[in-house]
Amino acid sequence: MAEKTLLRVEDLKLYFRATRGIVQAVDGVNFTLNPNEAMVIIGESGCGKSSMARALLRLLPRNVHTYSGKVYLNGTELISMSDEEYRQQIRWLKISMVPQAAMNALNPVLRVGDQVAEPMMVHHGVRKEEALVQAANMFQRVGVPVDFLTRYPFELSGGMRQRAAIAMALVTAPDLVILDEPTSALDVLTQANIMNLLKRIKKEIATSFLLITHDIATSSELADRVAVMYAGQIVELSDAYRFFTAPLHPYSQKLMASVPKLRSTMEPEFIIGQPPSLINPPTGCRFAARCPLRFEKCDQEPPMFQHVDGRQVKCWLYEKEARS
Amino acid sequence: MTVQETVVQKETLAGNEAVSDAPLLSIQHLRVWFELRRFGFGHAGYVKAVDDVSFDLQQGEAVAVVGESGCGKSSLMKTILGLNRPTQGDVVFQGKYRISQMDGKTLRWYRRQVGYVQQDPYGALPPFMNVQRILEEPMIVAGIRDKSERLERIHKVLTEVKMTPVEEYLPKFPHMISGGQQQRVVIARAMILEPKLLVADEPVSMLDASVRVEILKLLRGLQETHNLGVIYITHDLSTVRYFSERIFVMYAGQIVEKSPVENLLHDAKHPYTHALLAATSDPDARNAETFKEVPPGEPPSLVKPPAGCRFHPRCPHIIRGECDVNVPPEFEVGPDHTAACWLYK
Amino acid sequence: MNALKNAFREISQYPSAVVGLVIIGLLVAFAVYAVATIPYNEAIRLWRGGEEVWGDYPRNASPAWTNWFSAKKKPETIILTSDDERVKKETQMVGSNQEIIMHYFIDYQYDDFPEEMIIFFTAKYDVKQPHITMKWITPDGRELRMSQMSVRQSDQYRFELDERLKRRIKDMSVTQGLFALPDVTPPTIQKGQYELQISALMFEPNTEVDAKLVIYGKVHGLAGTDHLRRDLMVAMLWGAPIALAFGILAALGTSVLSMIIAAVGSWFGGAVDEIIQRITEVNLVLPVLPILIMIGTLYSRSIWTILGAVVALSIFSSSIKTFRAIFLQIKEAPYIEAARSYGAGNLRIIFTYLIPRLIPVLIPGFVIGIPTYVFLEASLAVLGLGDPVLPTWGKVINDASAQGALFNGYYYWVLQPAVLLMITGLAFSMLGFALDRIFNPRLRGV
Repeated sequence: MAEKTLLRVEDLKLYFRATRGIVQAVDGVNFTLNPNEAMVIIGESGCGKSSMARALLRLLPRNVHTYSGKVYLNGTELISMSDEEYRQQIRWLKISMVPQAAMNALNPVLRVGDQVAEPMMVHHGVRKEEALVQAANMFQRVGVPVDFLTRYPFELSGGMRQRAAIAMALVTAPDLVILDEPTSALDVLTQANIMNLLKRIKKEIATSFLLITHDIATSSELADRVAVMYAGQIVELSDAYRFFTAPLHPYSQKLMASVPKLRSTMEPEFIIGQPPSLINPPTGCRFAARCPLRFEKCDQEPPMFQHVDGRQVKCWLYEKEARS
Repeated sequence: MTVQETVVQKETLAGNEAVSDAPLLSIQHLRVWFELRRFGFGHAGYVKAVDDVSFDLQQGEAVAVVGESGCGKSSLMKTILGLNRPTQGDVVFQGKYRISQMDGKTLRWYRRQVGYVQQDPYGALPPFMNVQRILEEPMIVAGIRDKSERLERIHKVLTEVKMTPVEEYLPKFPHMISGGQQQRVVIARAMILEPKLLVADEPVSMLDASVRVEILKLLRGLQETHNLGVIYITHDLSTVRYFSERIFVMYAGQIVEKSPVENLLHDAKHPYTHALLAATSDPDARNAETFKEVPPGEPPSLVKPPAGCRFHPRCPHIIRGECDVNVPPEFEVGPDHTAACWLYK
Repeated sequence: MNALKNAFREISQYPSAVVGLVIIGLLVAFAVYAVATIPYNEAIRLWRGGEEVWGDYPRNASPAWTNWFSAKKKPETIILTSDDERVKKETQMVGSNQEIIMHYFIDYQYDDFPEEMIIFFTAKYDVKQPHITMKWITPDGRELRMSQMSVRQSDQYRFELDERLKRRIKDMSVTQGLFALPDVTPPTIQKGQYELQISALMFEPNTEVDAKLVIYGKVHGLAGTDHLRRDLMVAMLWGAPIALAFGILAALGTSVLSMIIAAVGSWFGGAVDEIIQRITEVNLVLPVLPILIMIGTLYSRSIWTILGAVVALSIFSSSIKTFRAIFLQIKEAPYIEAARSYGAGNLRIIFTYLIPRLIPVLIPGFVIGIPTYVFLEASLAVLGLGDPVLPTWGKVINDASAQGALFNGYYYWVLQPAVLLMITGLAFSMLGFALDRIFNPRLRGV
């Protein structure tokens, strides 16, 4: 706790206009991230986790309705920056991203090396030769043979492409790397390889990771802390150890119980019903309709309670245990 | 073993009567090769997607085929569905219908005996048809003319996949329902012609964690009530336990280990199976502190697979002079448990 | 039904599409009006008719709306038959013979001289022709006597050809002389009540004489007239259904057939696909217009022949390549695989699974394609290869250019069909491009 926070997000909102109304994809999210810390945002499809990544990296589509809140990176507020300032000072220089499907993220007609060198040339203004040397260093670091620099993306396997995308995100030595489902399209062994790589990089370089995923098992490989998102909101913020041992929020508990496990014979369960629409979310607790522990109070929206052991949970069940 | 027996049985079969003790489906030394052509013509080798695969599936039995992408499991599946033709070997249905010898009419009949559940539920449903039309299509193709009979069947099958009230879902288009419901429609479509065999290709890998188990349980329930044979194709070992009795592990076009589920999870024999098991994680905070053991390299090209055991270039237990020279046969390593690995000679 | 409603709601978000749709609606209404008021046979009869149909119409008259933009009001055509209330008849006996005197009163309030003046006579007699004397009385009381004549059963008297009048009027043309103030140069109109007095002396008891005065104006109707006195409105009206029908049929025929052929080719692949691709490539380098000109010159200029030829030549066009590229993608869709796995045959897959997926691409393409064919038909007509009997916009332009319309200042003759063509093109394009934007985002899902 003595550490200075790297990223502080306060009441971040990102709404989209759609034909049927306003989609409240990210609805008032608060969290902090420390230097050299890996935080996992866990959530199911449509919970707003990818929209949050876009909001942080300011890769916004045209139909944005609201984009508000405060995001402090090393004390600098980002939301109030102009697009041009953001592009020049923050994107890829301070915050970079490994996108979901690396095969689509790489330009198919450019050599991989040139693509990895590109951010260096754009943001640090180095010459191409120098940038390529740095790209080669980065390739070595992520375990891609250096002679792959001159290859085209289609000549690389899925795992190699994902490594190249990681190299591209790391080459500018950013403070924060957002990993958007970095392994979901990969095979088991490749997935394990990439997670090994990320763990090693985290030990070697003082970079913070924000890992966005729906895969709880994989997320446990990297997480220092965990945030669970449901219907546009964070419902639980916890350290990884306590979360994976005994999560607090009923949704987290249910989600954990739904994961089929290889090393346990426990029957997995499923959550009845579907997440609410983000166009007209319910006024009370958003999980109430599916929650087995629902009681009268759930009709009002719960605040984020500070649990005694430092965790935060958005559920009325923890009102009494909350630290005031 | 069983394969040879079935062949013998088949040959002694003179008449047309179905053999009651014959397996529902018998894969016999199946090879599915695709020719590579250079500039549209001129032979440039074969992609040996499936290379000598044999197994039997009994009526009412669920087996899982586990492997990584590119291991040939999709080609195997498509051959079982009658969409690919075997290059060598055969797929025998109910002990007498050989897929390599089927004429157009028999093939169409056979395809109706096999239901197909696909991976991507959204892509598997034509976006311009509503649920009712989607479910009617197979019946129209199968020649069920009577509209009321079709509707009756749709009601029955949608109730079975727990999409009730049925009327509410019939006019909906795929994009109007959730991923889990889309997958239920896909399952309903696979079930509507009352097949004997269900082929499920990664049926839950594109779904959210909270729905996955629901769909797997639904499939399991259907399998039990209808006494279906099920081939469950997946890359994810953690879901296999809840679904099937036996597991076949595929690597580079071949089955390297066949085993009952619990045996495999606790006592895997083949080094590749070990690697797969080690790479699969369960949610556990301790994961973050350890690195996983992953065999080096990548799966081989199916055009020029390595000589001997196809896993030998990546294998930590390689026996030089044996594994890189001779193709390992299936060694019996336990009851109903075989591994194609020289370690168990 | 719901899908249609949704489509309309989406279209309403694009102002250009709404404008396009409104114009198309008006064009269709215009076309329906044309077909309803002038039946097909009637339209052809009118358009091919000569003096017997168009005798009372002025030659090369501007549309009436040109008067709105000019301070000088050009005259409209004045037709006075003997039973008109502006005509007074009296009968008197001259000896034993009857004489009819007809007074034609003309209230002339225009700022320009009429184009020409003709009196059409009809007479009934046994042997002896009636004898006619005529005089022209101006508002200020001057009397101009004209040549005397005997009329046959059907006869015309053209003022311009009257030698006696010509001699009297001298410096001006006859029509100018009749309506001008005396001794003023340049000739200036005298407004007011004119009178034409026709007296017919009849020599037989059962003789009848009737006369119709036509003072041809310089403006006519909404569209003006051409060199053959034909009312251009007939062509403007009938051009609409012909252009729309041709454009829609050609666009529909080519896009639907192209799509089916592309679907067949990409589904079966192999030799079928190869053949279709080679035909397309050959067809792409064939010059369409010269071929159509040859067909028109050597074979038939019937609009149906040309339509058939246009469709035949446009099926194997670049759209086949576009459709094929999309089909090759759709072909791999899991739902097609599913359809094969439950035994759907090739035709069923092509028509119920492949083609419906492409409708979103087809509709904008079809709408954008319509003006292309409308223009093609017009271009052929301009080149003199229009349908020989039908009145079309293109043929009007062809007539106009043949008669040197622009050189002679008859700009309306070219302008009107051109504007109609342009509006048609614009309307379909505006709608088509909006439809493209509405439909194509969904294509990203392919």
